[in-house]
Amino acid sequence: MGEEGQRTGPGAVAVAALAGAVLLFLIAPVVIILIVSFSGADYLRFPPPSLSLRWYQRFFGIAAWRQAIGVSTQVALLTMVFATMLGFFASLALVRGRFRGKGAIYAFLLSPMIVPTIITAIGLYFFFARLKATGSILAMALGHTVLALPVVVIIIAATLQGFDVRFEQAALSLGASRFTALRRVTLPLIMPGVLSAALFAFLTSFDELLIPLFLSGVEVQTLTVRVWNSLLLEVDPTIAAVSSFLIGVTITVLGASALLRGHGETPGT
Amino acid sequence: MVAVQDVSATIDRGSFFTLLGPSGSGKTTTLMMVAGFAYPTQGEVFVDGKPLAGLPPQKRELGMVFQSYAVFPHLTVFDNIAFPLQIRRARRAEIRQRVGEALELVQLQGYDRRLPRQLSGGEQQRVALARALVFRPRVLLMDEPLGALDKKLRAHMQLELKHIQRHLHVTVMYVTHDQEEALTMSDRVAVMQSGRIEQVGTPAELYEAPASRFVADFLGESNFVDGVIVGAPTAGRWLVRSGGGLEFRGVGAVPLQAGQPVTAAIRPEKLVPVEGPADALQTGAVNTCKGTVEEAIYVGDATRYRVALGADGAVTVKVPNRLGLRRPAEGEAVALAWSPDETRLFPRGET
Amino acid sequence: MSPAPVAAPDAVATVDASLAPERRDAVRYLLILLPAVLVLLALFVYPLLGIVERSAYTPKTGYTLEYYGQIWRVPVYLQVIGRTFRTSALVTLMCLALGYPLAYLLATLRPRVARLLMIVVVLPFFTSIIVRTYAWMVLLGRNGVVNQYLTRLGLTDTPLPLLYNQGGVLIGMTYVLLPYMVLTVYSVMRGIEPGLIRAAHSLGASRWQAFRRVFLPLSLPGIAGGTLLVFILSLGFFITPALMGGPSDVMIAMLIEREVEFTLNWSFASALAVILLVLTLIGFVGYNRIVRLERVFEARD
Repeated sequence: MGEEGQRTGPGAVAVAALAGAVLLFLIAPVVIILIVSFSGADYLRFPPPSLSLRWYQRFFGIAAWRQAIGVSTQVALLTMVFATMLGFFASLALVRGRFRGKGAIYAFLLSPMIVPTIITAIGLYFFFARLKATGSILAMALGHTVLALPVVVIIIAATLQGFDVRFEQAALSLGASRFTALRRVTLPLIMPGVLSAALFAFLTSFDELLIPLFLSGVEVQTLTVRVWNSLLLEVDPTIAAVSSFLIGVTITVLGASALLRGHGETPGT
Repeated sequence: MVAVQDVSATIDRGSFFTLLGPSGSGKTTTLMMVAGFAYPTQGEVFVDGKPLAGLPPQKRELGMVFQSYAVFPHLTVFDNIAFPLQIRRARRAEIRQRVGEALELVQLQGYDRRLPRQLSGGEQQRVALARALVFRPRVLLMDEPLGALDKKLRAHMQLELKHIQRHLHVTVMYVTHDQEEALTMSDRVAVMQSGRIEQVGTPAELYEAPASRFVADFLGESNFVDGVIVGAPTAGRWLVRSGGGLEFRGVGAVPLQAGQPVTAAIRPEKLVPVEGPADALQTGAVNTCKGTVEEAIYVGDATRYRVALGADGAVTVKVPNRLGLRRPAEGEAVALAWSPDETRLFPRGET
Repeated sequence: MSPAPVAAPDAVATVDASLAPERRDAVRYLLILLPAVLVLLALFVYPLLGIVERSAYTPKTGYTLEYYGQIWRVPVYLQVIGRTFRTSALVTLMCLALGYPLAYLLATLRPRVARLLMIVVVLPFFTSIIVRTYAWMVLLGRNGVVNQYLTRLGLTDTPLPLLYNQGGVLIGMTYVLLPYMVLTVYSVMRGIEPGLIRAAHSLGASRWQAFRRVFLPLSLPGIAGGTLLVFILSLGFFITPALMGGPSDVMIAMLIEREVEFTLNWSFASALAVILLVLTLIGFVGYNRIVRLERVFEARD
């Protein structure tokens, strides 16, 4: 469908115009928030009459916001470690193993993506409330691991599927043990995919609101929970700075993942 | 589902053994069973008289070369070849020396610091070969190793591989679907079809005395004529009468009996156009028939004729382009002569 | 990565040697699959079962269907469920109307250009829902960016009520869910052999006929999958309707949250959650038959 002549009719122009408008609809809010966050005005105006870093100064200046960044980061790092470890071995088994019920197990591992997060969140809330463990970073990280695991499995399973199993067979035929073959051949070759999965696990946790909304305590609040609490009160421009910070984290993760992908093309597929 | 059954063969130490067959014939599965990546439900693989069953691939000490090379892309040529030696905890000096020898063997001296992506396909294949040989495996397994190379390079690598194999006196088990490659390189070939070995033998045995119609067809080219055996054999040669009334003599690939339906296989180059039926032809020492040249195609070293035999269909005749040989024109009537010893008879009904 | 003692394959290499090799391999893989499955069983399935139990059992009364009966009896709750379905259906239609043309454009552009434009779809997709919702609150608020422009252009004297009503909810949810639709439909369209369209043209079909009779039918699994996915995700939506809706725009998930956080009627909340869960799982099973979920996320490169 790449022929130039195929896209010039009036119908094609209309489709392109509509699609262009949809693209604008998708990107405009993100761009506007990024711009507004640098506003010098007291309320949210677009375009901003002047530029300043005052909302970022407020964001990073208030101890409670800084603490929230710390909490979110700790939870996200723990989630990243848990989900990547579990997801890596699960993906290996799902891609390489030959056993019955594989499809069902795969669907099961992906199901937290589909079950409404509100349900997962209250389930975890009831669960941890009984253990008197709400308000802990570990509880939130465990909850986020449930949501991050499907992301990790999808990314690593896709990477493993693109990985020529003959590299590993070659290593075995040359005398390497299964573990040595995994460590010296498979892992280095799929490392970009594993790192990318880890980044997305981090992002999944960092962006999550509902689970920490139920599991965080008064003292221990994630960034998203603080944003939520502020939004219930008023649309404060500081939130634009916080939002831009969160968008920045997303851009960083997407960019790093794209770099990894470009870097680590697995040959021989 | 059974991918392979009744695959029994013995490979002599230091010989080049090839599994040849069309795709899906089970040759790669057989190789994978030897390597330990597939498991036979029945039967065993022995090397040096010891069974391999229960040994994982990494303990079998069999070198393996894959069609996709499987040269580790994140390791240099040196590290690739050093890999099996490092696994075996060889000393550093020994590794350097043996990798150096291996590089020399495959003529890649000076390539040790390069990464696989900086190498051509042929060079990567040499690295894979050096890597599989450097730890002195008991057997070298090769799965269509030249399949991805272009025709010229392929022919060159065939000779080089054969040379290295003879030089090191290493036992090779080779898989290919290319009959020419199999005939060129092998000491012995096993022809496989539908998961079974059809015939094992030297290239000459397979070509000159195929044991089944499949082998006669798959290896080289054959004309097939259906008929029925009439009468008892004279000097081991059976008289066959074809459906079109043609009578000729041939040797059975398997024990036959009078009245049995058979298919005769005759190689195109064994059929010789002759001037009118001479006396010698009438004695039965030579088979003859008459036909009309339908088509003559010049193919360089030879000319291929399609000769119509009337009710028996048509046969292909291949005549070398050499002075002094009769080369009939299209539409011309010719007589063909061929030896009964070069006429293989297979019982019909088998497919 | 350092080898985890529980899961490193070498640690499982001690699998009973008397097993047949295939069985040994299968057991080995099942063992490394186990940790992930156990974690999900403990932290996902078990809590969900806890909800199911709570919805139909109290220490005081034993097993009871009282809470389900409550939903059935009180009209407000049925209204909320009805509204949830209606809103989800509207959001799904809007996502399809906007998403299909975009996916079509992306699938027909040269891959390099498509990859570049895909960033525009993927960046919002991976941005926190609360951030995306906030962005629309900034745009649609009483003194928001849209109203600022409308008044400046003289199109209206008083700011229009764009937020805290159903319109706000529809815009916000459509925005959040649109990438799911685009990625699902795109993942299917990308698999349509371009040669088929050329073949249709060579057989005399006009551009519209080629689209209508070849491309559209082949993209139907994408439409079905995207529609189902967006619909089931809409059903459980909480953040966006809670922040952008008004008092009369309550959806099931908000009701659940309210019962848990404020009314403290956990059993009733659980009964609502079970209903939502069942609806979602039915949708997921259907979706998994049409499109593989993982393909949606693989489309992002």
